[in-house]
Amino acid sequence: MRTLNIIENGYRATIEEQDDTIVWITHAMKGAGADLAVLLRGSAVNYAARGQDASGLAFGAEKQTQPPKLDEDLMALIPKGVPVFAVEEDLAERGLAAEDLHEGIRRVARAGLPKLFAEFERVWHW
Amino acid sequence: MAKYLLIESRDPLESRDSGNWYDLARDLKAAGNEVTVFLVHNGVLAARKGARCADFARLLRSEVEVLADDFSLRERGIGGDRVVGGVEPAPLDVVVDRLAEGCRAMWH
Amino acid sequence: MAAKKTLTFALMDPPYENGRSTTALRLIAIAAKRGYAINVFAYEGAVALAFAKQQPHANAVHGRDLEQENHPLTHKWAKALIDEAHRNGGKVDWINCGLCVDERGVHEAVDGVRRGSPADFWQAAEASDNTLVIPTR
Repeated sequence: MRTLNIIENGYRATIEEQDDTIVWITHAMKGAGADLAVLLRGSAVNYAARGQDASGLAFGAEKQTQPPKLDEDLMALIPKGVPVFAVEEDLAERGLAAEDLHEGIRRVARAGLPKLFAEFERVWHW
Repeated sequence: MAKYLLIESRDPLESRDSGNWYDLARDLKAAGNEVTVFLVHNGVLAARKGARCADFARLLRSEVEVLADDFSLRERGIGGDRVVGGVEPAPLDVVVDRLAEGCRAMWH
Repeated sequence: MAAKKTLTFALMDPPYENGRSTTALRLIAIAAKRGYAINVFAYEGAVALAFAKQQPHANAVHGRDLEQENHPLTHKWAKALIDEAHRNGGKVDWINCGLCVDERGVHEAVDGVRRGSPADFWQAAEASDNTLVIPTR
């Protein structure tokens, strides 16, 4: 069944997980044969922003060697056949213009969400 | 058209996004779907008479069905006469009923 | 009699942190009482819900000893729901996300809980009448 994964909560535990765990589970389910798309809303729309860099953290002698690269992980969904949408107003409210975003993100207005949801058999809000 | 169950667990006075969630419910309804908002946890704080939340008041003026978990209401001391008109206290069983009926359920 | 259904729940919250865990278990309890077939995919912090090494404690603030406090242990609630579903002709297939278990070190789970992966969640959802994802914040 075609499923829309809605991701809202950005940067939750992403340093110690080295992933956004919903972007990650989307990749994993796609690998298991799922037919999926992703909608970013709320703070998660920032995942589509260029120029993110979470590198360089160390805790005493423990250095993080695999910092998360959330935008890359997000964009890697698209060539796998997972379209990525983002709510237009949530982008605008956070000062994100089109030129701030990676290419390939499909913008959808809040008023357009019912029509988007209707394209899927299931809608999961993570 | 589809049936939607939008579960709202957040206090709208704490979470600005609750307003967006209520608006989503109204937009889904306007698009011809059957829509219920089910308040649970601090989401029921909006349902106390006298609570000041314009977004919630706008939701209540719409045709979206608004239910509130009776346990969450009781837990917060929101007795029957203190529940604002337009919100119906309901047992959590309703959520399981709607899931069993195939409602598209989303938790906020 | 209403037909028995198959429902899948994805949980993310650890115990003792917010109300979502309790409400998730309340929903599962209702489904268990109805004898539904229930799949639980415990993801991230939710893998600790069924952690067998949780221990109760007394409560000096309330002057209650260990027995009086009778502090809830979510692993007992999880086990009780597994048993309840079984008693009513249903079942609970409780799957802990294995990688989430590893990073949290909560390997010891109560009977009836198994280790799995996102593929298990997807398969469970595909085979269910409906799925509810209860996200964390």
